[in-house]
Amino acid sequence: MNQNEYKGILTDSVVSFVVRKGNPDDIQTWDDLLKPGVEVVTPNPFTSGGARWNVMAAYGAQIKQGKSKEEAVAYLNELFQHVVVQDASARDALQTFTGGKGDVLLSYENEAITAQQKGENVDYVIPDQTILIENPVAVTTDGPQSATDFVKFLYSDEAQKIFGEKGYRPVVKSVADQFDYETPSTLFTIQDFGGWGTVKDEFFDPENGIVAKIEVSLGVSTDSG
Amino acid sequence: MIGYLSFIVLIPLAAVIWKSTGSGLEGFWNAVTSPAALASLKLTFGASVVVALVNAVMGTLIAWVLVRDDFPGKGLVNSLIDLPFALPTIVAGLTLLALYGPRGPIGINIAYTRMAIVAALLFVTLPFVVRSVQPVVHELDREMEEAAASLGAGGFTIFRRVILPNLVPAILSGVALAFARAVGEFGAVILISGNIPFKTQVASVQIFSNIESDRPTAAAALSVVLLVFSFLTLLAIDLVRRWGSKHES
Repeated sequence: MNQNEYKGILTDSVVSFVVRKGNPDDIQTWDDLLKPGVEVVTPNPFTSGGARWNVMAAYGAQIKQGKSKEEAVAYLNELFQHVVVQDASARDALQTFTGGKGDVLLSYENEAITAQQKGENVDYVIPDQTILIENPVAVTTDGPQSATDFVKFLYSDEAQKIFGEKGYRPVVKSVADQFDYETPSTLFTIQDFGGWGTVKDEFFDPENGIVAKIEVSLGVSTDSG
Repeated sequence: MIGYLSFIVLIPLAAVIWKSTGSGLEGFWNAVTSPAALASLKLTFGASVVVALVNAVMGTLIAWVLVRDDFPGKGLVNSLIDLPFALPTIVAGLTLLALYGPRGPIGINIAYTRMAIVAALLFVTLPFVVRSVQPVVHELDREMEEAAASLGAGGFTIFRRVILPNLVPAILSGVALAFARAVGEFGAVILISGNIPFKTQVASVQIFSNIESDRPTAAAALSVVLLVFSFLTLLAIDLVRRWGSKHES
């Protein structure tokens, strides 16, 4: 699928802040997440892909605002001090948030839209700096022809429109223009940090990754019983 | 019989131990002494000890009341004691979250804290001490108590020196089971614990986490630690029980 013009990416989304209806805590920026008493919900970065997008969005937002690597890591450290629950997956985190816990949930924009379409009392904010979540599609090389045909269908205008209606940003430009998805002022991708191959080891290695070290240092400092 | 035991218990246990050696002895040691693993083991055992002790007292009390007292609805309460056995643990977790979580109806919100973990464990271990002690209370020879009273012993002395020694083996047996069950509990805890490493992540959930992040060797290593400790606990309690029954006059 890498060969097609979309590099195998089927839909896009962005990391967003999901908040209670009306945004009572007025959370608009990444710095707002660090306000005293703000409770953040994000899944566990070692079991959830969604959590990894969240972490890279937070990190990247700092870098794009001109912070150094050390300052960006320090931001992550402070952010994790506000995290009150770390569910296993992004969908679990959404359930926890809609169940009443936390002031803000870091999640895919499409999860927020899904929640709203299901009638949950949430709003979402797209921060000025955030990461483009690219959702790929793949077929196995020895799969049946119907699989390849299905993927071809997924790139058709009709399918892309359905994605758009369900909260995903279509990649086919003509369809994307039919929707009014907000474009953040600073949108970056995982490529800016070397792609997932590099990031996975640098940030999410369970022993030596940056995030693993943050969790250890938080644990040691808060391990008072 | 050996074949059945092997198939259901022994072979799977051996397989877990085998799997945990996948990265060699050093890998095993690293996996179980990593800061996160040690923290989760501390939390798991700590919470289980607390739960076992609470059960020792409350379980005995409940068993006593169920046998010796009479009150309307006693039959129903007696049946309810077994509810934690009948309920799927994930349902227990869901119920606790609905009752004592952020949208709970009674205004108590302890979800995602260590207290929530203890509450969940107390629920699932409720029947063990009660059911262990109940038959013993039932069989107690009242004449002993009456004799002690006629000799001038007060209520507390009768309890301490006549009744309690007879109950201790059953209490210990129930406590051991409650402890072992609490150490391994997963379903009731996973929804309500919050899963923050170093704060509210218990060993069983961390094992699951390891499997989900494609680290089966670390998961097996942690599992072996839990197995060994549970086994040692059961062994120790059994020895204490045998010592106790040898010294019975």
